[in-house]
Amino acid sequence: MSKFRIEKAPAPAWVRPAIPVAAVVVTFVITLVFIAWVKVNPLHTYYYFLVAPFTSTVSMIELLVKATPLFLTGAAVAFAFKAGYYNIGAEGQLTAGAIAGAWLGVVLEGSTPWISLPLMIICGFLGGVLWAMVPALLKVKLGVDEVVTTLLMNSIIVYIVSYLLNGPWRDPVSMWPQSPDIDQSAMFFKLIPRSRLHFGFILGLITLAVIWYLINRSGFGLKMRAAGSNAEAARFSGVNVGNTILATALISGGIAGLAGVGEVAGIHFHLIPGLSSNLGYTGIIVATLGALNPIGVGIAALFFGLIETGSLTVSRALGVPVYLGQVVQAALLLVTLGMFVLTNYRLKREG
Amino acid sequence: MLIGAFTGFATAYLTGSLWAGVFAACLIGILAGLLMALMTVYLGVNQHVSGLGITLFCTGLAYYAFRVIFGTPSHPPQITPFDQVNLMGDVAVLGPIFRQYPLTYYAIVLVPVVWVILYRTNFGLKIRAVGENPEAADAAGINVYGVRTVSLMIAGAFMGVAGAFLTLSTLGFFTFDIIAGRGWVCIALVIFANWIPQRVLLGAFIFGGVQALQLRLQLTGVKFPYELFLTLPYVVTIIALTIANRNAAYPAALLKPYKRE
Repeated sequence: MSKFRIEKAPAPAWVRPAIPVAAVVVTFVITLVFIAWVKVNPLHTYYYFLVAPFTSTVSMIELLVKATPLFLTGAAVAFAFKAGYYNIGAEGQLTAGAIAGAWLGVVLEGSTPWISLPLMIICGFLGGVLWAMVPALLKVKLGVDEVVTTLLMNSIIVYIVSYLLNGPWRDPVSMWPQSPDIDQSAMFFKLIPRSRLHFGFILGLITLAVIWYLINRSGFGLKMRAAGSNAEAARFSGVNVGNTILATALISGGIAGLAGVGEVAGIHFHLIPGLSSNLGYTGIIVATLGALNPIGVGIAALFFGLIETGSLTVSRALGVPVYLGQVVQAALLLVTLGMFVLTNYRLKREG
Repeated sequence: MLIGAFTGFATAYLTGSLWAGVFAACLIGILAGLLMALMTVYLGVNQHVSGLGITLFCTGLAYYAFRVIFGTPSHPPQITPFDQVNLMGDVAVLGPIFRQYPLTYYAIVLVPVVWVILYRTNFGLKIRAVGENPEAADAAGINVYGVRTVSLMIAGAFMGVAGAFLTLSTLGFFTFDIIAGRGWVCIALVIFANWIPQRVLLGAFIFGGVQALQLRLQLTGVKFPYELFLTLPYVVTIIALTIANRNAAYPAALLKPYKRE
C-alpha cells in the first residue's frame, strides 16, 4: 500500500490558482455556522448571496459599482506590497483624494467636462500622493516602520474631514455636515444612463492594466520586485532601493486617491463623513486574495462587489443582517492567508 | 512576543465589547488571541495582514451578532453599568479623582503586575527572550510557539476586558462605532511608551487627557477647531516613533514569524 508524506517543497504549479477557489469554498462552509444561527435555510441564503445578484440588471450594475473603488484600492495595496512596502494607509489616502476632489470640484464651477475630468483625476491622485508622502519619507529616510505610520495617518484624516465639514466646508444651504456639491462638469459621466455606474469603473480597469505593465514589463517593476523580495541583494546589484520604495509608495497613495475622487465625483458629489467606509482596508483583503497580481485583484474586486451586493439581497429577502457580508469577507481573507502557506508543501507518495 | 500580539490587540478589543460580562469578554478575547496565534505563530502568516483580517472578522461578527440578538431596535438595549467606587470620600481635589469605575482601578493595578511578570518572573524572561531572539530562546529549550501563543491569549483577554469597560462601565449600551479605533491607538501607545509598562500608563493618561481637554474646550463654547486638537496624539506618536526608532527599543523579533526548521 502506498503512503503519503508531506514534505517541504513548492507545491505543483496548478495549486496556486486553485487556492483562492478552494478558500472560497472553505469560507462558505465556515460561515454556515453563522447562517444557521438565524435559522434560515443556508442554501436559500447562498442562492440570494451568489446567484440572485445576477438575475437582475439593476443588481448586476450595482455589483460593478461596488467593485469600482475596490479595483483602485486593491491595485494601490497590491502595488505597494509588491515592493515590500506595507501600505496600510489606503483608507486615509483615499480620503485625501476625496478631499482634493471635493475641493477642486467646487472650484471648477462653470467649467466643461473636457477640462474638469483630467483635472479631477490629477488632483485626486496628488491628494493621495500627498497623504502617502509623510510615512513614505519617514520610512525611506529614517527607517520608521510604515505599517504604524500609515495606520495613524488614517486616523488623523478622519478628524481633518470632521473639522472641514463642521467648520469651513459645511454646506451653507442644508447645514448638514457635508461639503457643497461639486460642479456639474466635474462629475464623472455615467456609463449607463440613470444608474450609479460611472467613469471610475473604466479608470479602475485602466489603472489595473497600467500597474500590470509597470510591475511585469518595465525596468521599474523589476527594481520594485527586487526591492520587495530581497532588499540587500537589490542594493548590491545597484538598485537604489530607497528611491524605488519611495516612488512605489507615492504611486500607491495616488492610486488610492483616485478611488477617493471616484467616490466623490461618481457617487456622492460632495464630501461626507465616513465616505470611505473601510474601502481602504477591504483593498488589503482584495489585494491579498488576488495574490498581489493585478488580474487577480480585478477578479477579487468583482467577487467582493458580488458579496456586498449579495449581502444586501440576503438581508432584504431573508432578514439576515447585512454584516454577514463583512464576516464572509474577513473569513475569506483569513482562510486564504492560511491556505497560501500550504503552497510551500507538497504531498509525496512513498513505497 | 511582547507585541507580536500587535494587531491582535485591536481585534480582541472589538469582540469584547458586545457581550455583557467582563468574563465573557475576557474569554472571547482569549479566543481571538488564539485565532491570531494560529495564523501568525503556527502558520507563520504576515502579522499585519492577519491582524487586520481578524479585526475585520471580529467587527463584522460583533455587528452581525448584535443584529441577530437584538434586531434593529429604535433604542439601543440598555444595561445598568457598574457604579463608580469612591476611595477617598469627599476629600477635596482627591475625592473626584478617586471616584472611578472598578475596572479603572484594576487597569491601573495591572500595570505594576505586568511589569513584575515581564521583568521579575521566569515566564516574563521567556517572553522577552522569545521577543528578542527566538532562535537562541529555542536553543535554550524555550517553547517559542507556546510562549507566543500564551502571550497572545493574555493580550486578547486584556483587550476583551477593555472593550467590556466601554459597554459595561461608561455607556451601558452597545453602538456600532463604540470602539472608534481605540485598538489602533493602543498600538501607537505601546510604541510611544517604548514597550515599557509604566510608560504605557503615562501615555494612556496623556492620550486620555487630550480627549477630556477637548471636551472641556468644546463645552466652554470657545470657537476652536477641536477636531484638529484630537489629531495631536497621533501626530505625537508619529514623532515619538521617529525619535524612538533611533534608540531601537523594539523587541528585535517584532513582527517576525518564527519557523522551526
